[in-house]
Amino acid sequence: MSTDSAIMLRRNFKHTVRNPVTVFNAVLFPIVLMLMFVYVIGGAFDVGVKYVDYVTPGMIILTICYGLSATAVAVNSDMAKGIINRFKVMDISRGAVLSAQVVATVLRSLVAIAAIIGVAFAMGFRPHASLPEWLGAIGLVVLVSFAASWLIVALGLAAKSPESAGLAAVPLILLPFLSSAIVPAATMAAGVRQFAEYQPFTPVIETLRGLLTGQPSASDAITAVAWCAGIALAGYLWSLATFNKRA
Amino acid sequence: MTALVSGACQAYGGPGPESGRMRNSAIAASGLRKAYKDKLVLDGIDLDVETGTIFSLLGPNGAGKTTTVNVLTTLIKADGGTARVAGHDVATETKAVRAAIGVTGQFAAVDELLTGQENLQLMADLKRLGSGEASRVVTDLLERFDLTESARKLASTYSGGMRRKLDLAMTLVGRPEIIFLDEPTTGLDPRSRRTMWDIIRRLVADGVTIFLTTQYLEEADRLADRIAVLDQGHLVAQGTPGELKRQIPGSHVRFRFAGDLELGTAMRLLPGATREDEDDLIVRVPSDGGAKSVRALLNQLDAQSIEVEEFSVHTPDLDDVFLALTGHASTKENAR
Repeated sequence: MSTDSAIMLRRNFKHTVRNPVTVFNAVLFPIVLMLMFVYVIGGAFDVGVKYVDYVTPGMIILTICYGLSATAVAVNSDMAKGIINRFKVMDISRGAVLSAQVVATVLRSLVAIAAIIGVAFAMGFRPHASLPEWLGAIGLVVLVSFAASWLIVALGLAAKSPESAGLAAVPLILLPFLSSAIVPAATMAAGVRQFAEYQPFTPVIETLRGLLTGQPSASDAITAVAWCAGIALAGYLWSLATFNKRA
Repeated sequence: MTALVSGACQAYGGPGPESGRMRNSAIAASGLRKAYKDKLVLDGIDLDVETGTIFSLLGPNGAGKTTTVNVLTTLIKADGGTARVAGHDVATETKAVRAAIGVTGQFAAVDELLTGQENLQLMADLKRLGSGEASRVVTDLLERFDLTESARKLASTYSGGMRRKLDLAMTLVGRPEIIFLDEPTTGLDPRSRRTMWDIIRRLVADGVTIFLTTQYLEEADRLADRIAVLDQGHLVAQGTPGELKRQIPGSHVRFRFAGDLELGTAMRLLPGATREDEDDLIVRVPSDGGAKSVRALLNQLDAQSIEVEEFSVHTPDLDDVFLALTGHASTKENAR
């Protein structure tokens, strides 16, 4: 099964090389957003610390989310073509096509995250994380990306067309804005505030922020990991069920 | 509608108890049923395909051809009935069935973002061919399907005919013993269609069994050893192309006349003439459609100074088969 996945990953890699616009898109858009928030809008926010230090963890998560729509479209258009039926009839392990998409998505978002962290440093981002905290932060980023990828694969499979698959990623792109990614949840209006406090991205971003500033919070970390594990499992099961149902 | 089916055509219809034949069967299905929601798509299909032959499932859109292929290739499960492909049960031994078959579906299953060569290489990888054997198989298939020149171009730049060829080449990578071709020439231009026919014939010469679905009588006629006609989930006839064609009206010539007078005279004059419809002024006359016999008919009319408004030569097509076998036209199903 792992070999099937490796063969499929090689296929996805070739697709990415042939169509590098998905990578440019995944890298460039978060950087533009970052520049806008730090240099244009962020000056008006009072978050208690230097704004670039506050917003970088949020931007990292936003980068993950932003890269998802390309995966949703890719998964869906794969299903619309006959090639998936060919794979099915060849008795390739059911998950191989999908897990290759997940791995490709995680790798792509890691590239984009490396770029955004580089830009953040250039803009004056100064984290206080130790080596274990850096490792923890990287681990968390991979986990979030992994969980979000399985969810988007499921959404991409469930969508009726590549166009609507692309739209399926929109809520995931908007969700970080309704968390503590850009401004602290405590500053939001009642209703939105409660939503922001209890949605999965807030503990994830708070954990990441804690790790990068050298003040990790164990309770946030546990909630974040639990959310990721739950989302990954749900996305995985949903993906497999939808994949098997669609001929 | 079964009244029109001759005994000869049903002789090999159901495998039933004749287990002696089964040993030689590449595909044997009995009583296959499949419904989607309340729509019955397959209603008791019995098939028996001998190893090393071309079997054609002929029918219009929506008759259930693709569903039959999907059941036999393990893509979907039948609601009832049994099927054995290469001696293995499609429901319980899917792995063994999949190892023995190759499928080329209605829509070219090629990866458009890969080159022709990479597509074939992908199949070789998935079939776990060693690198030496893989490159030999890939080169050989590219050559055989006349794709060597375009091997390094993306499949998205290929023409429809080239895509189908690449598709079939990909199916052949694992040397399947049974190949399912679901409408392999639909949408192809006449030249590509002929190329595809040649390829299919060569495959059978190598000992492969082919299960071919088509909407074209001509295609089934030219390629198949046996034809089964599928209509709304029922097999309405099975037999050799010769046996089937004996059941359908042969070619004829149609004449349209200006008025009732001409029509009446022509009806008396021409042997075997029948009116197509009570309302219009069209007469059908059986004929082999050759220049000689058509000229003879026209000369006869000319001798009586009967003005012919329009005439056409008509060779039997799928519609005639359907009309003869089911009593209704095939086009009705298209409307759904």
